Amino acid sequence: MSWWNNEAALELLPLLLEGFRITLLATLLGSLVALSLGLVFAFIERTAPEYVRRPVGWVLQFIRFTPPIAQLFFAFYVIRPSLGLKLDALTVGIIVLGVHYATYNAEIYRAGIDGVPKGQWEAITALSLPRNRAWFGVILPQAFRRVMPSLGNNVIIMFKEVPVLSAIAVTEMVRVGKEFTSQHFAYYIEAFTIAGLIYLAASYPTSLLMRKLEVRFGN
Amino acid sequence: MADFFETFADALPQLLSGIKITLILTVSGAVLALALSFAFGFASRSRSMFVRGSSRVVVEFFRGTSLVVQLFWFVYAMPVITGFQLDDPVYAGIIALGLNYGAYGSEVVRGGLNAVPQAQWEATIALNMKPLQRLRLVIVPQAMAEMIPPFGNLLIQLLKASSLVVLVGIADLSFEAEKIRLNNATEATAAFSISLVLYFVLAWLLNTGMRAWEGHAKAKLGRRVPRKRLLQPVGADEGGVA
Repeated sequence: MSWWNNEAALELLPLLLEGFRITLLATLLGSLVALSLGLVFAFIERTAPEYVRRPVGWVLQFIRFTPPIAQLFFAFYVIRPSLGLKLDALTVGIIVLGVHYATYNAEIYRAGIDGVPKGQWEAITALSLPRNRAWFGVILPQAFRRVMPSLGNNVIIMFKEVPVLSAIAVTEMVRVGKEFTSQHFAYYIEAFTIAGLIYLAASYPTSLLMRKLEVRFGN
Repeated sequence: MADFFETFADALPQLLSGIKITLILTVSGAVLALALSFAFGFASRSRSMFVRGSSRVVVEFFRGTSLVVQLFWFVYAMPVITGFQLDDPVYAGIIALGLNYGAYGSEVVRGGLNAVPQAQWEATIALNMKPLQRLRLVIVPQAMAEMIPPFGNLLIQLLKASSLVVLVGIADLSFEAEKIRLNNATEATAAFSISLVLYFVLAWLLNTGMRAWEGHAKAKLGRRVPRKRLLQPVGADEGGVA
């Protein structure tokens, strides 16, 4: 194993784990944005008047059809300076990833809400429940059960997408590995193999859990 | 606003050369991914536990690790191990995209094959068809109708994922846009806006093409798809490029 250097690997591991902390943080906050904003988008698509719904739908489709990296560049180098915002790269990254996945989550929520049986809506009318009660007490709890596995999958997908943030110099795990290798002009195998294994160790158990959820909530 | 159009005209040729790389990555990656999807998809239905097990491991491995990490691995680590340097990192990009999306696509193939009713398999045996005839004439045409919409989603994701090659310095569309900004920061707005629009147009064209193919495949099975549906975007249930 002449191409594997144990000392370099041991030196790398804590650095990569430190980067992994940023990766996790970005995933967590990005998912929070994606989950809450996705619900807002789904509500707009369902309840807003036609002249709001249509343009919003076009914008969402545009976001879905363009890559996060291009959006990241646009947000960081065009939107941020022109609005005079003093956000750091990580914050911009979290917002961009969050909005990107919110457009996907909106579709999931929409399907989940559509999947609630018609009888439930009739029951709401029959009991003349107030609007808020109907949504938060009856419809959404049932919809959430259906959409949990799909939303969870999107969290995992976003987790694997976080390295794109290195394009605007966020020091997440892959960026840390890249910087280490370009300082030494070596240890490529160590850096990217360990990074890959950390990813696998984190995402595989989570995806098994999602599969369990899927079976449990019976889609 | 006049400035915007001036820089627009300046930036366009460079971006178009980037689009060429993006298209090469997307098309070659998709061809490789399609071939691997079928290989792993059929392997996952194999009678031999060894074949099933090893295809499962490969698929889970490529789905479980991030595409970006795979990309770095193929570009930087593989040459060190194998001592074999690809002439151009674009090849490494194609391999990473193909393997990653091949792993996702194999699940689509598996689902499509499972969706063909068991009776169809039995009928092919009753008609004394040879194994390849069964697949070519009966099973795959029916499975294909189920597979095309999710393949369409994956194709759009692959197009978007091709932009990740920026991180390893391959000169695709996003890379050229970033290069324009580095040369002249005032052109950033034009460069990044055009690149977004170009990506959107590409994705829209691919989506429309896949829709047409879906309509064609379903029409052959005697299931008509309403024309209006063909123009709608593919249902977006799962996001992501990684």
